[in-house]
Amino acid sequence: MRFMMLMIPKSYDATGAPPDLAAFSAMAKYNQALNQAGVLLAVDGLHPPKAAVRVSFPAGKPVVTDGPFTEAKEVVGGFWVLQVKSKEEAVEWAKRCPGQAGCVIELRQIQDVSEFPAEIQRAMRV
Amino acid sequence: MTVTEAHRAIHAVFKIESPRLIARIARITRDVGVAEELAQDALVTALEHWPRTGVPENPGAWLMATAKRRAIDEFRRNRRFDRKQDELGYQIESQAEARALDLDEAVDDEVGDDMLRLVFTSCHPVLSAEARVALTLRLLGGLTTEEIARAFLVPEPTIAQRIVRAKRTLAEQNVPFEVPRGSELAQRLASVLEVVYLIFNEGYSATIGDDWMRPALCEDALRLGRVLAGLAPQEPEVHGLVALMEIQASRSAARTSVDGEPILLLEQDRSRWDMLLIQRGLAALTRAEELGALSGPYALQAAIAACHARAKLAEDTDWQRIAALYALLMQLTPSPIVELNRAVAVSMAFGPAAGLRIVDALAVEPTLRSYHLLPSVRGDLLSKLGRQQEARAEFERAASLTRNARERDLLLSRAKASIEKD
Repeated sequence: MRFMMLMIPKSYDATGAPPDLAAFSAMAKYNQALNQAGVLLAVDGLHPPKAAVRVSFPAGKPVVTDGPFTEAKEVVGGFWVLQVKSKEEAVEWAKRCPGQAGCVIELRQIQDVSEFPAEIQRAMRV
Repeated sequence: MTVTEAHRAIHAVFKIESPRLIARIARITRDVGVAEELAQDALVTALEHWPRTGVPENPGAWLMATAKRRAIDEFRRNRRFDRKQDELGYQIESQAEARALDLDEAVDDEVGDDMLRLVFTSCHPVLSAEARVALTLRLLGGLTTEEIARAFLVPEPTIAQRIVRAKRTLAEQNVPFEVPRGSELAQRLASVLEVVYLIFNEGYSATIGDDWMRPALCEDALRLGRVLAGLAPQEPEVHGLVALMEIQASRSAARTSVDGEPILLLEQDRSRWDMLLIQRGLAALTRAEELGALSGPYALQAAIAACHARAKLAEDTDWQRIAALYALLMQLTPSPIVELNRAVAVSMAFGPAAGLRIVDALAVEPTLRSYHLLPSVRGDLLSKLGRQQEARAEFERAASLTRNARERDLLLSRAKASIEKD
């Protein structure tokens, strides 16, 4: 089964403080451990919210809004895609992530299309 | 957290930690069977203590320390003085090891070496292929005996026996716990790759309605392959095999219809191919090419699979390249089946007459006598050349050779269509 692991940092630093090199190094080691265990399918970091764009559909028509989005309480900073044998294994890997204090990791299992009901699968076929 | 939840969490930790645990302990005990028992003992201890004390901050280190302590006790208790003189060398080494155990956890490099030793030992050619598969899934894949049995459609006691006998054979044959070197390495590595690909193919052959542990074997094999690529990054065929498996696995969702019927590659909905796996496969293929220039069978097969993977539509397929790659594969691992595949690629690239020349040469092959795809391909080529009567005869022959009802119907309808075209 596959899980997406979302990194939700405590906050985005607007002061422009220098990057924490030790933190980057620790994360690189963690990603290497995931890779060596054969469970890492993908990993990427995301540009901060001030560079983000939202397209919303309040009345059915698209509306484009530039970031940052003050109403957003939790912002995703990065993600991993893991291939594991159980939810418990995904949790164990998440526990080992060297996140900064106050960050949250959310695990979401990725849907497997073959588990959808037959009529939905047929509808998805082009 | 309930006791059951705690146990599940502990089992998940163990699944992550056990291969390295077994590998490290095997370096002390020189016996993978004993090493596994000691690792299991550590798990039992963890199941007893952790629900109360909580999972330790570094569970891997905790398990390692527990297992090591037992290993030293085992060693002190079981000093075998009846062993041959030259084996005393091993004993003295192990003694020094045992004394050095108070030091901190082994450096990453050493852990990698131990894992490689474990891989090569569980895939040792002194064991039968099925024994190697079961032992590898157990020691390196972390599968239980029951899971392996379900995956291979075999009773659990059979797998249990198979593993017991495999461990005993390794001990009786005094198989050393080491990474092969020099001229031995290539052959031993081939044995390892064969095991991994066997596991993958078992999973790939699973059909709808099978126990989910069967198709899960593809994931197990992929995981093993990726681990191996990390342990032996300089070996092109390791990356070649990983590339082949990633790309083949990328087609899982497109291979069967909603009703469970198989769909041929050229007819699959390519939007259902997993792009993440294809990208990973292409990246692994690049590594294989950089290291070995497509000089091995797995890299070549991966390169062929990559040609299909790169084509957004079936009609965009680079058949000339595929034909050339099959020609290279024929030089390395010649076989009638590879030649038949080459014939198909040649016909797609250069026209049916060119393909037919190759297929006709295969007519005398004894191994293909009952292989339905030979007359099926011949019929298709003859039909494209307008030789409909001969095509019909081939399709009917193919239909008589296949055991698959749906395939037989398809071939018979092609035979009928040939008469109508004539």
